[in-house]
Amino acid sequence: MRYRYSSLLRHFGLELKIRVERSSLTSRFTEAMVSTLSVAISLIIAAAIFTYQQIDPIIAYKEIFLSAFGSFDGITYTIVKMIPLLLCGAGLIVAFKANVWNIGAEGQLLLGAIVATWIALFSLKTAPHYISIPTMFALGFIAGGLWALIPAILKIKFNVNEVLTTLMMNHIASKIVEYLIYGPWKGKAAWGFPQTDIFPTNTCIPCIPNTRIHYATLIIAISSALIISILLSRTKIGYEIRVFGIKPEVARYAGISSSRVIILSMLISGGLAGIAGVGEVAGLHHRLRYPWAISSGYGYTAIIVAWLSRLNSIAIVPVSFLLGGLLVGGDTIQVVFRLPVNVIHIFNGLILLCLASGEILLKYRFKIEVKRHGTLVSSSS
Amino acid sequence: MEHWLVPPLKVAIEAGTPLLLASLGELYTERSGVLNLGIEGMMLMGALSGFIVALITGNPWLGLLSAMIVGGLMGALHAFVCISLHANQVISGLALSMLGVGLSGFIGKRFVGIPLKATFGVSPIPLLNKIPILGSILFEHNVIVYISYILAIILWLILHRTKMGIMIKAVGENPAAADAAGVDVYKVRYVCTIFGGVMAGAAGAYLSLAHIPMWVENMTAGRGWIAVAIVVFATWDPLRALLGSYLFGGVEALQYWLQPWGIDPSLLGTLPYIATILVLVIIGSSKRLRRAMSAPSALCKPYIREEKVV
Amino acid sequence: MKGIIRSFLLTPPEKSSLLNIPRGEVVVKMQGITKRFPGVTANDHVDFELRAGEIHALLGENGAGKTTLMNILYGLYRPDEGEIYVGNRRVKIGSPKDAIKLGIAMVHQHFKLIESLTVAENIALCIEEYKFFSHIQDVKKNIGELSEKYGLRIDPDARVWQLSAGEKQRVEILKALIRRAKILILDEPTSVLTPPEKRELFKILRRMAEEGCGIVFITHKLHEVMEVSDRVTVLRKGRVVATLQTSETNPKQLAKLMLGKEIPLRPITHTASLTYKEAPILEVRNLYVLNDRGSLAVKGVSFEVFAGEIFGIAGVSGNGQRELIEAITGLRKVKLGNIILMGEEVTNRTPKDIIERGVAFIPEDRLNMGIAQDLSISENLILKKYRYTPFSGHLFLNLDHINKWVDKLIKEYNIITPSSRLPAGVLSGGNIQRLILARELSGNPKLIVASNPTRGLDVAATNFVRSLLIEQKKRGVAVLLVSEDLEELLMLADRIAVIFEGKFMGVLPTSKADVNRIGLMMAGIEMAKVRS
Repeated sequence: MRYRYSSLLRHFGLELKIRVERSSLTSRFTEAMVSTLSVAISLIIAAAIFTYQQIDPIIAYKEIFLSAFGSFDGITYTIVKMIPLLLCGAGLIVAFKANVWNIGAEGQLLLGAIVATWIALFSLKTAPHYISIPTMFALGFIAGGLWALIPAILKIKFNVNEVLTTLMMNHIASKIVEYLIYGPWKGKAAWGFPQTDIFPTNTCIPCIPNTRIHYATLIIAISSALIISILLSRTKIGYEIRVFGIKPEVARYAGISSSRVIILSMLISGGLAGIAGVGEVAGLHHRLRYPWAISSGYGYTAIIVAWLSRLNSIAIVPVSFLLGGLLVGGDTIQVVFRLPVNVIHIFNGLILLCLASGEILLKYRFKIEVKRHGTLVSSSS
Repeated sequence: MEHWLVPPLKVAIEAGTPLLLASLGELYTERSGVLNLGIEGMMLMGALSGFIVALITGNPWLGLLSAMIVGGLMGALHAFVCISLHANQVISGLALSMLGVGLSGFIGKRFVGIPLKATFGVSPIPLLNKIPILGSILFEHNVIVYISYILAIILWLILHRTKMGIMIKAVGENPAAADAAGVDVYKVRYVCTIFGGVMAGAAGAYLSLAHIPMWVENMTAGRGWIAVAIVVFATWDPLRALLGSYLFGGVEALQYWLQPWGIDPSLLGTLPYIATILVLVIIGSSKRLRRAMSAPSALCKPYIREEKVV
Repeated sequence: MKGIIRSFLLTPPEKSSLLNIPRGEVVVKMQGITKRFPGVTANDHVDFELRAGEIHALLGENGAGKTTLMNILYGLYRPDEGEIYVGNRRVKIGSPKDAIKLGIAMVHQHFKLIESLTVAENIALCIEEYKFFSHIQDVKKNIGELSEKYGLRIDPDARVWQLSAGEKQRVEILKALIRRAKILILDEPTSVLTPPEKRELFKILRRMAEEGCGIVFITHKLHEVMEVSDRVTVLRKGRVVATLQTSETNPKQLAKLMLGKEIPLRPITHTASLTYKEAPILEVRNLYVLNDRGSLAVKGVSFEVFAGEIFGIAGVSGNGQRELIEAITGLRKVKLGNIILMGEEVTNRTPKDIIERGVAFIPEDRLNMGIAQDLSISENLILKKYRYTPFSGHLFLNLDHINKWVDKLIKEYNIITPSSRLPAGVLSGGNIQRLILARELSGNPKLIVASNPTRGLDVAATNFVRSLLIEQKKRGVAVLLVSEDLEELLMLADRIAVIFEGKFMGVLPTSKADVNRIGLMMAGIEMAKVRS
């Protein structure tokens, strides 16, 4: 690809060329720049929208920042929101590295929540902490993983596009939750609201005192990010995932089993989303509620988190913290300016859109050459 | 006395029309090789802008027009990001859905609960509606429903009987070959993607101007995603999309009717998605079906002409 | 004559201003064309000229810049420098669409057809005239008439994926005929054709030239230049070496021009003493393999490859070579028959299993199968080693050992790179092949399967690859060499099998092989009949 802007310049014997070359080399720095720029541009565009709606963006942003990071309480809330984002996002990194497009973290999260509810209310309601909670995490991982396994198997067996199936399965999962809270699991003490009864305390994940941070989930989240970082860079399976993600033909040629990679990456990403679901119901809500009340789109926001961290499972920790802060800030401005719930999606959408557009800066190298009477005067990239 | 079949089928068509409009647009977009997951957001923006303009001008047609323009603009944005910037189509589409949900909620807050007078009311087609049973099922609706019938047929004809259709299919199947045959790949993709946005906008306007004549935050309630499902369910064919839309519209409309018989509405609501996955599995399971009906080969793949190997 | 032609015409005549150019006049002039790709100058101030009514061969080795030059003329690439004149008018060709408007048509080496559409639809696509409802019936009628006139049999309702390579080429030529292209470019058109099909093609080209069409014929085969062309332009390393009247030159001169110097052919070291007493390394028995379209591509092939020999397979590409190799390396399922490796049955084993048994594979498609451009050089080098000790333990990769080993390999195989951490995509073509060879040959393989290992390489890299193969053979490795380059096979192989439409036409020791005989076999005539 090459564009040439030559009308006036040529008149002076000058020729300006912008060459665009596909580049295999991208530096960490450019990657970080693209992420930062994406957020910055999104904030600017959102500010314009706010202004248009007669809300002073500076006040709004200040509100967002202070509510999320400006106080001890704010930071704890941010961490609460960060937990599911980190879990889902870290899982998605594995899937995306394998070039498996898991859009279904949302549904996988809900499955984890369903299983946790089942354990808390029906199977282990009297079991002590140290049994019920590990069981929840384990079964939540399995439930989310199995839910993700369905698209994986369909992809392997029938060559079905996983974007479509995972997307569909999100909606199926959310309908199942609705069915449960309206139907068989509707709480006797729920005053007719579509939600389950509250979990017995022995099945609630304990919180750090005076906060709502269910620390067990937080520890799992941070350690899973670290484990994934090691998994991808140091282990055999991580190497297989990366090779397959970059070029499946080469993986096949090297004798790497594509089914193994697809299944494992979906299992890990689905499982971690499932754990996030366990954390949300057992650590935060203590009951199964409307799907959007449990998750409020964490599965989708996690896609932003994964992309913003450029599929780096260390960078994802601060990134999920920041995005968690944005969610907290969104809740706050919603109250302060009486805005609708979904206003936060403006930021989410803009950031993601900018990130997608910014890819081109990473894939290609732009070279600007100025030629004078045919000889190269300057060149920069 | 009405035949017992009339009310449910009539409702199915009513509820299926926004799905049809959106899925017809998405179908063309996907046929040209671009996946647009932003339908939900585009529908919402269309619904809102249609509502606002109809409210201000008192003319539902102007509302529809503005919805189409807004949808088209969002389609153009998706096109620019995916086609010109070669960005990931899944990500861009999701982003536009989020943006549409957020922005429509934000801007629309002031309009929540205001009743709309300028709507598309039911206007039966004289004579045709006298046909026994079918007449009242098919021809006692608002104008947009009639337009959508015609549109489905026209779009089928264009896709399968015209050079434009061949061009679109070629671009979606093998853009490099289409390019070499002198087809402007980017132009075709731009047009199809913008068209998809326009149709999504129109679908949104149908919701806020005819179906539920007011503005409610998030009023599409996942219909955009169902439209994406329908395109797959219809295996990228406009007439099958017509069928799929009424089927899924019927499921949506009938879920509360069937409740007394012990059929849970939520579980019934999973049917469109399960059916779509099943269709994908069936296509995938046979080589012949895969040849004939699978997704356009270049779907989701940006086209870059000059990429020299070595 | 003109009337007949016009009757086939779908574009209004005034659009093609070239129509009235008499035979012998210049229709295309390319001046000072320069095209650079990252790391290479594909065309370096190339001048080229085409006259109406001539067949102009564009001769050069792989990588000489022939296709690039014609892609520029067809608007697929934009030149960095230089001017193009079509019919005395300076033109800017920004896209194939512009080229088509100028009356240029190109038949690419890899056909540009949409597989899921019918022949008629594919042809309708390239007709410039725009009618809303497609005149498929008109198009079909036109196809019928043209097919008859030029003897291009084709079913307009067939879907392209059902067609053979030869038929696809006919569709491409029909595309050019139907829009009455005045300039036709063919990129290595004979590589997919059998000799009878080839003769037919030449006849059609002759006829088109007589009707005033200017034809550019890209090839690297000397005898084709002599057989079909009126003039020839020789390219070497992106530069024009000469433009000659074909009647005033000879293959020897052309070869010298094309290669730059007479390459010292390596002394042929055929192991005449090979007695084949030992058990073969590879044994293939009555093998049947399907291609991607689900039809039989390999039909009952049997052969053996012994330790210390190079077994060559000759044939026009697309006759089942790819499927055969993929079956042997485990990448493709075998329908029927057996593959036996060192006495053990390995039919339908996984690629991993086959790699573990000591089979090295040098794939034809280096960039898509041989390396992953976005992985580092080091990661590409361990592709087949990473799962074994000492490269890894149960779970973890042993990075220390890997780094040491990689550095050693880079030195040993002379891969030129500042760091093993760079993505492999930054390497040049020759270095990429070195990387692949380093990876494949470093594990002391028992069998090497190589598919067109020197295609697209320059002379130095070609010699490097060939010498490595010979070295391995001397070490007692069995080598299965598939090549479209007959000279390469005659130079390297001990025995040569000729494959045609999935069957072996015969296997003969290289000492008894001669080009004519193999040529006939490549055309589908069995060895027994060739002899008589």
